[in-house]
Amino acid sequence: MLEVTHMQKIYRTADTSFEALRDVHFTVAPGEFVCLVGPSGSGKTTLLKCMAGLMKPSAGSVRVADKAVSGPPEGLALVFQEYGRSLFPWLRIAENVELPLKELRLPKKERLARVAEALAHVGLENSARSYPWQLSGGMQQRVAIARAIAYRPDVLLMDEPFAAVDAQTRAELEDLVRTIWRDLKITTLFVTHDIDEAVYLAERVIVLSSTPTIVQREMIVDLPAERDQLSTRSLPRFSELRHDLYAEIQKAKTHSALTITA
Amino acid sequence: MSTRLDVVPAVGVEASAFTPVPRRRFRARGRVTNVLLGCAGLLSVALVAQFLAPLGIVREQDLPPTTVIMAALAGLLGESTMWMAVYDTIYVWAIGLAVASVAGVVVGILLGSIEPLRRATSSTVEFLRPIPSVALVPLVVLVFGPRYESALVLVIYAAFWQVLVQTVYGVADVDPVVADTARSYRFSRWGVMRYVIWPTALPFVMTGIRLAATVALVLTVTAQLIIGTPGLGQSIAQAESGGANARMYALVLITGLLGLAVNIVVRLVEKRVLAWHMSFRKDASE
Repeated sequence: MLEVTHMQKIYRTADTSFEALRDVHFTVAPGEFVCLVGPSGSGKTTLLKCMAGLMKPSAGSVRVADKAVSGPPEGLALVFQEYGRSLFPWLRIAENVELPLKELRLPKKERLARVAEALAHVGLENSARSYPWQLSGGMQQRVAIARAIAYRPDVLLMDEPFAAVDAQTRAELEDLVRTIWRDLKITTLFVTHDIDEAVYLAERVIVLSSTPTIVQREMIVDLPAERDQLSTRSLPRFSELRHDLYAEIQKAKTHSALTITA
Repeated sequence: MSTRLDVVPAVGVEASAFTPVPRRRFRARGRVTNVLLGCAGLLSVALVAQFLAPLGIVREQDLPPTTVIMAALAGLLGESTMWMAVYDTIYVWAIGLAVASVAGVVVGILLGSIEPLRRATSSTVEFLRPIPSVALVPLVVLVFGPRYESALVLVIYAAFWQVLVQTVYGVADVDPVVADTARSYRFSRWGVMRYVIWPTALPFVMTGIRLAATVALVLTVTAQLIIGTPGLGQSIAQAESGGANARMYALVLITGLLGLAVNIVVRLVEKRVLAWHMSFRKDASE
């Protein structure tokens, strides 16, 4: 569903060049939930922007639903970390969710049906007529998620979506994303720097090295599909995976393509 | 998340190019005190003016007592020629402001969203903008003669830059995250214009129009005074040359009231159009 092939990104200015991505290569199967984890400064945002078609890689390519990405691809929805800035403050909640559907030129009836369904999914049926600034941060991020699922994407990309909300809201939103993924079977790639979050959410975790970035390791998360904040997190297997992932990230902080290939 | 939106529109007549001045925030309690203080100030000026001539500080023909001016004002309010002059003034002002606003917004959006175009024109804009509209009086008289088109050209020239500069600045203020959101959802060019650029620029555009409205009125009256096109400015010139000084002062008061009315109307429009925006700032500031 999502294929990233030997991607390299070098930022060049007149007299300097900075290699953010060296050779990033991975695929995400249809219906899979993958978390992308890396130490801070591991080129996660660069990688995401390249996948979303907002930036051109220097080498390598991206395919979404078997189509090469040159600009922002069809069938891909992006949820940003900065929910407050990603929503349109001059539109009501329902209008925010509806706007991309308008741009898809869907008939009004279908738009309204999708908006109602998406808002119900995230539990915001009663806030349809509010403005984004009237909602809490967690609720605003729910709106952004509703907007993404109303779009019915093949691939849902999430860029550290819960990095700026409080711990309780975060746990709720994690369960929400998990539920949406299971109900709607949307291929999901979730970028985070939080190890617990990655293990709790994903079916598979991809660990990135520090810059210049390569895929350092892939880990299968063999936890039961039904996850729960209390019982899942207290499973011995959860602790083991968490431990492994932590060690891997520690290694990633000092490792990059330079040290690993050397 | 509030930092981008709460430093939006500018206040004051002369905003320098591409740099908005932060808007003053009004509080309900302060407003009542402001009105009281304002009235007290007006009253004191009226009171001082009343006694300047009787006390021999100025000659009565230079500044008649307030009561005499008020009597002349009352007389004027019954004259149909005065209302005709008010109508002519508002007519030129409104058409001039409308043309300047539409042109300023259209050109501003073009310059603001096409970077090479903006760079190519910025020195030209910076050269033309500071030319006082009044300096064009000989030119427009040469082309149109003492007709209302002359006044209109001056008004449009002066008001246009106010709207243009604010619009360019507003277009540049689009949040990169909002822009990326629109791009990733594959908004059309028109969709980006309609749903992203236009609402972002709107507070700036409204500020530009508010500044332009004041400037347009100044230029309307100036043109009528200097060129002699019909309107309040012409009436003032006639009263002055006829030695009817109390009448002249009364006419000046009327132009002042007109200016006040213009400001109030534009502010009301601004408040309505930017309801979401005002509330956003209120929410963010508390």
